Amino acid sequence: MTTVAANGHRTAFVDNDQKPNGHGRMLRKEDPRFVRGRGRYVDDLQLPGMLHLAILRSPLAHARILSVDTTLAEAHPKVRLVVTGAMLAEKGLAWMPTLSNDVQAVLATDKVRFQGQEVAFVVAEDRYAARDALELIDVEYEPLDAVIDVRTALAPEAPVIRDDLEGKADNHVFDWETGDAAATDEVFRRADVVVSQDIVYPRVHPAPMETCGAVADYDAVDGKLTLWSTTQAPHAHRTLYAIVAGLPEHKIRVVSPDIGGGFGNKVPIYPGYVCAIVGSLLTGKPVKWMEDRAENLISTGFARDYIMRGEIAATRDGRILAIRTNVLADHGAFNGVAAPVKYPAGFFGVFTGSYDLEAAYCKMTAVYTNKAPGGVAYACSFRITEAVYLVERIVNCLADELRMDPIELRMKNFIRPEQFPYRTKTGWVYDSGNYAPTMELAKQLAGYDELRAEQAEKRARGEIMGIGVSFFTEAVGAGPRKDMDILGLGMADGCELRVHPTGKAVVRLSVQSQGQGHETTFAQIVAEELGIPPQDIEVVHGDTDQTPFGLGTYGSRSTPVSGAAAALVARKVRDKARLIASGMLEVSVADLEWEKGSFTVAGDPNASVTIQDIAMRAHGAGDLPEGVEGGLEAQICYNPENLTYPHGAYICVVDIDPGTAKVTVRRFVAVDDCGTRINPMIIEGQVHGGLTDGVGMALMEMIAFDEDGNCLSGSLMDYLIPTALEVPDWETGFTVTPSPHHPIGAKGVGESATVGSPPAIVNAVVDALAPFGIRHADMPLTPSRVWEAMQGRPLPPI
Amino acid sequence: MTVNGEEVTREIEGRLLLVHFLRDHLQLTGTHWGCDTSNCGTCVVWLDGEPVKSCTVLAAMAGGHEVRTVEGLEQHGELDPIQRGFMECHGLQCGFCTPGMMMTARALLDREPDPSDEEIREAISGQICRCTGYATIVRSIRWAAAEQAGTRTTAEEPERTVAPADAPGPSVASTSGSAS
Repeated sequence: MTTVAANGHRTAFVDNDQKPNGHGRMLRKEDPRFVRGRGRYVDDLQLPGMLHLAILRSPLAHARILSVDTTLAEAHPKVRLVVTGAMLAEKGLAWMPTLSNDVQAVLATDKVRFQGQEVAFVVAEDRYAARDALELIDVEYEPLDAVIDVRTALAPEAPVIRDDLEGKADNHVFDWETGDAAATDEVFRRADVVVSQDIVYPRVHPAPMETCGAVADYDAVDGKLTLWSTTQAPHAHRTLYAIVAGLPEHKIRVVSPDIGGGFGNKVPIYPGYVCAIVGSLLTGKPVKWMEDRAENLISTGFARDYIMRGEIAATRDGRILAIRTNVLADHGAFNGVAAPVKYPAGFFGVFTGSYDLEAAYCKMTAVYTNKAPGGVAYACSFRITEAVYLVERIVNCLADELRMDPIELRMKNFIRPEQFPYRTKTGWVYDSGNYAPTMELAKQLAGYDELRAEQAEKRARGEIMGIGVSFFTEAVGAGPRKDMDILGLGMADGCELRVHPTGKAVVRLSVQSQGQGHETTFAQIVAEELGIPPQDIEVVHGDTDQTPFGLGTYGSRSTPVSGAAAALVARKVRDKARLIASGMLEVSVADLEWEKGSFTVAGDPNASVTIQDIAMRAHGAGDLPEGVEGGLEAQICYNPENLTYPHGAYICVVDIDPGTAKVTVRRFVAVDDCGTRINPMIIEGQVHGGLTDGVGMALMEMIAFDEDGNCLSGSLMDYLIPTALEVPDWETGFTVTPSPHHPIGAKGVGESATVGSPPAIVNAVVDALAPFGIRHADMPLTPSRVWEAMQGRPLPPI
Repeated sequence: MTVNGEEVTREIEGRLLLVHFLRDHLQLTGTHWGCDTSNCGTCVVWLDGEPVKSCTVLAAMAGGHEVRTVEGLEQHGELDPIQRGFMECHGLQCGFCTPGMMMTARALLDREPDPSDEEIREAISGQICRCTGYATIVRSIRWAAAEQAGTRTTAEEPERTVAPADAPGPSVASTSGSAS
């Protein structure tokens, strides 16, 4: 069943309680510290004797290292330590495993493979001195030809980037395919209409406002390493450090404090973290590493960089039959893609989108280039940004070819509600969905028909206006441990709940918020299940000594996996509370009725005990029922049976200045369906942020390189991120189609807007430019690129 | 210099940036550092009553002047309306841009107590937020303006996302466990 509601900015409803005892709008528990400047981020940490680390980076994209002279740097009066790749190699630490079973250089030993790569580091008494000393290190390079254009990386004459890999004679990373090639070819042969389009999703960067950093503190007396770091996955990092550094895992404590945004940038382990650990091990002092913005943009995990050829087959009357795609993926110099091991292309397999097809097929090739590693980041849900962009662009191209309204074409091909759970032609089992009402609501909020009429009038006057539509199905909540793991660690998540004698509680999570409001919403989940007010529930996360093991927050997996764990652990506590209540009320458990927060004897409303009464009894004097231990707590490790598949319908309106070709997003309507909504206020904020990402990617952002491999987007002067002036006042609405397999019916939502908005914006720009004969234009649609397109010139290649 | 009303005296290097002086020397870590090129504005503080990017001011240049940081927004144990507005209207998520945004917003409302949305957006356009998409920040500042003018009414409160009363609720009763 689907509930439909809307709150475009023209509509306002009075809310439920400001302090709900469970799901509902609730102000955030995190905010009081943040608005006072009392957040605790990594760079805020100051420890006695703490030293500062700075990294020397390669100025060249591809070069052999002939020598590294650190004599002058070591002589600097404030320098305590200088470390080169050769020194790390002696300790077996020069290379580390990536999340994709490749290896990445911590510090370059043989050669550098991208501009900005780590070559040496300095530990000094303050951050200024550490930077000074970098200038005193003399590195002699022998430049090599760089591989920059992914289209030529597999040419026989291309320089081999990864000669460190035994027997490696080319730049090939992997081939991957999904779907049925023969069946798809067959459908394409008999289709009335076939449309194909080359589509590039350019390299972009998540660029969280707080960059990556760490403070490592090795205590030589008890042999324990504590690492405060900007990590979205503290437990997985701890295990990886144990494997890389050979330290016993119980002697490693990873603490992820307040994180100033992650967006996938803070999932991988970066060389800087390892350098900080080495620095502390060698100096015996706490060592802080905090990268600057340029380092963040040029060396940490990028996003996207897929070159796609999309093909769609349909009948003349608009029945979509099949989609076929071929992808060339640029992975940079090391394959550092953060994705479940069996999914080297992430979840790109959901490129069939929201449509009921007869066949689908994808073939992908991934290659090395002389660029920074990454790929999976920036709210991509493991490559679903790319998948949704492909399908929503190519469906629009088909609508154009058929001269059919893009909403009508989508409606005609949606997977119908009765088909769920729906198995796609690439093997994904969508849990639930009711797409048509979501699309209808977006259409209604936008005033779609009126917009088309306005557009017709404006075109007659020579004004340039476009309307873009996208409809997406996400796949979030990785994932079932039978086939999803990160380097052998199953993607399940733990949760512990302890109710104190006075009825207050603490819930410990394995996931790690970077602003998504977990401290609030997880208290709400437990409150909904136990009736303890959320204000009485402390949420603990991010400290591996304090929290149960789990895989962390990314891929919008917190609510699907950890949220399920929180609900189930609360139910486990409630089950025990029921046993204790039966003893207190001297009735059998079958005679007890649960009303949020208390058990009452059936038929006797006066015989009742609250969860707080039960908590005291559980810890207090007096017998407990046979076989019941004292205390009121439980733990769980939740293994999801499937992903959750939220969906959404987005409509974007753009105006283009005919003189300057500047694109203005005038309106944006977003209707999301993430099943049960734990905190509508927080969901709205997640959607707003993601829509802004979409404006950035579609119109402004790109990590570009010149032919020598110089990164041209190494600062916020060139890597443009939307400000308040580039985005409209968002209009949002929602429908509710719960996930049948999730304990509270909730699906993830954090990345939906980042996934769904770029195609809506590009579709709007292309729609605006239709009178110029344009069917496709690659992002970013900057004024200069749009202007070129309007002149009928081919756009500069990405 | 005077920081949040208190006089501080330190020996510093001439090249030390104000942002690092505040954070590393005075432990006022509410002011953040988000870029190297003076674009992001997470470091905004007041210098003699004007918002400045403290990454683009030498600490020595602030000598003898008055600096106000986010830690100085709360007065006599009372949060500034701006701080309350950001909490009420969900104007922050990760919290990293928040201190700078609030300092600019406070300065805006001191100069223009009833700004339009366009004026608010213009005022904060030297600052980047990666989480909120700005709309709730605009609402937060509007909320604070109405609050301090004493004109805030229910109708001017931020819109909220709920199902209308006559719409059926989410059909999760069978899975929520509330019937167990």
